[in-house]
Amino acid sequence: MARVTFREERCKGCELCIAVCPENIIILADHINAMGFHPATVVEQEKCKGCAMCARMCPDLVIEVEREVAGCE
Amino acid sequence: MMKKIFTRPKALTDAAFHYCPGCTHGIIHRLVAEVIDELGAADNTVGVCPVGCAVFAYNYFNVDMFQASHGRAPAVATGIKRALPDRLVFTYQGDGDLASIGTAEIVHAAARGEKFTTIFVNNAVYGMTGGQMAPTTLLGQKTTTTPKGRDKDNNGYPVKVAEMLSTLDGAAYVARVSVHNPTHVNKAKKVIKKAFEVQIKGLGFALVEVLSSCPTNWGMAPNEALKWLEDNMIPFYPLGVYKEPAEVK
Repeated sequence: MARVTFREERCKGCELCIAVCPENIIILADHINAMGFHPATVVEQEKCKGCAMCARMCPDLVIEVEREVAGCE
Repeated sequence: MMKKIFTRPKALTDAAFHYCPGCTHGIIHRLVAEVIDELGAADNTVGVCPVGCAVFAYNYFNVDMFQASHGRAPAVATGIKRALPDRLVFTYQGDGDLASIGTAEIVHAAARGEKFTTIFVNNAVYGMTGGQMAPTTLLGQKTTTTPKGRDKDNNGYPVKVAEMLSTLDGAAYVARVSVHNPTHVNKAKKVIKKAFEVQIKGLGFALVEVLSSCPTNWGMAPNEALKWLEDNMIPFYPLGVYKEPAEVK
């Protein structure tokens, strides 16, 4: 299980994350943020594998990725 | 248990980047910051900013930062590193800064084998000033000062910085990477880390040229610009390690 979180107020809608997502679950939202951009957001969160390719390409560090890891601390 | 596997590196402040949408400066800032974190060097690092789009990098790196006159970052870094040899010193410069007004400084810093690291961001255009031809602009590439495309007879040939500097004995480590897709972003980080390790081992001058895009001044959408980089810049500016000391191989 994995989860991606978008810091929407920082997103400039450049779409670099959308192009690299292997599951095609990132879209630009219909609403705009305070900077006037349509922020990227994730649909079908449950399909996310936590590969973090979106985060690696995001020039504005909008994306945080969490993933289920085995074992406990 | 859910674990954060990707988050903002500690060597970056929380300030929002002022860069245009899709500008790869943000990716390269992150890679440098992640490397500083991995080396545990944040308290011991001094960065030198250029003039150009990255002039405000001192707001973004959470380490000691200095802002040099146009092109003079290698001269400033020389002073810092010689006065404080135990610090990790790097310059972060664009192609207008490093390959044009700062050519003398970078060539001689490399020739002297100054023990700092340079991150050279090459996007083949002057960004901040509005898209004029840079020394690294490709032949045929349209800019505001070459509206019909760069012409070799009128404008000369692009400068291949990594190749040029790798001929100097003082340059210990010289490499060229790109950030046009996640695979290359990961490779770029490994190379940047090596360039810092060369400095830590005192082996000499290290430079990483990072091919970057400028969607705004190239007049392209960000993803289109990365494709253009891959199709046009990489054939002219081949990726690879041009010089590598045996100690870090």
